[in-house]
Amino acid sequence: MNLEELKKIREKAQKDVELRQKQSRVRIVVGMGTSGIAAGARDVLKTFVEEVGKRNLADVIVTQTGEKGLASQEPMVEVFEEGKPAVVYGNMSPEKAKRVVVEHVVNGHPVSEFAI
Amino acid sequence: MMEDISSHIMDIVMNSVTAEAKHISVVIEKDPRTSILGLTIADDGVGMDSETAQKVQDPFFSTKTGRKVGLGIPLLKGTAETTGGSFELTSARGAGTTIRATFDSRHPDLPPMGNVRDTFFVLIVSHPDVDFNFHYFVDGKNFTLDTGELKRELDGVPVNHPEVISFLSKYLDEHL
Repeated sequence: MNLEELKKIREKAQKDVELRQKQSRVRIVVGMGTSGIAAGARDVLKTFVEEVGKRNLADVIVTQTGEKGLASQEPMVEVFEEGKPAVVYGNMSPEKAKRVVVEHVVNGHPVSEFAI
Repeated sequence: MMEDISSHIMDIVMNSVTAEAKHISVVIEKDPRTSILGLTIADDGVGMDSETAQKVQDPFFSTKTGRKVGLGIPLLKGTAETTGGSFELTSARGAGTTIRATFDSRHPDLPPMGNVRDTFFVLIVSHPDVDFNFHYFVDGKNFTLDTGELKRELDGVPVNHPEVISFLSKYLDEHL
């Protein structure tokens, strides 16, 4: 662990931590049950996490849940945006995840062709 | 069904998370002399009584009930046993669960390791409240990461903060 680097991150991040804990604007939940994982959910989750890191989306939380009960449409992802109805996406891939980040999470327009 | 060992790990650790574990250790080690690959996943979750611990290993039981733990355990057990390895699940109510599987790495049916780096990465950043201990000792690689230690250094900045996500991604690329 490079302590110098961590110290820099800590100082930079501590400013917006308080804000983030109060309210995250968007919550992205990836279904990570056995069938989701077998269908490639890990790479979808990884893509969401990396995009949040790269784009520095401090008000977005990426998390996971167990089985969603719709094994035929895995990997599945739910996007909860403050004050709006949740959007459920099915048959997700890393490429689709990137589009959801740009169009839905950043610009506020759900990608209707991926929604189920 | 699981295409590689790293996906099995992902799945078994998700069971630990569902069982409300706060500390989860994952050890992957290959004995260079015997070529035996060992995987041990231990958690401090709610655990199971002995009857349930038996049942979760049975694929036919699991499909008929609405329980939380899916097919992942019988799948891992199947992979271990068909590749000349072993499988052992130890659990007790309130005392967590430990799963140990071994595989003969020379067996032709052994699935590839897959991307362990990605499994570790997504587990850490999608479970900020869980402390992970990862050990990967395979083919000359010697990697250890204790996220409890990382969190102490971060002093309140969550591991899923964008800055930390980017740091971890780079760190794992360099070390694993």
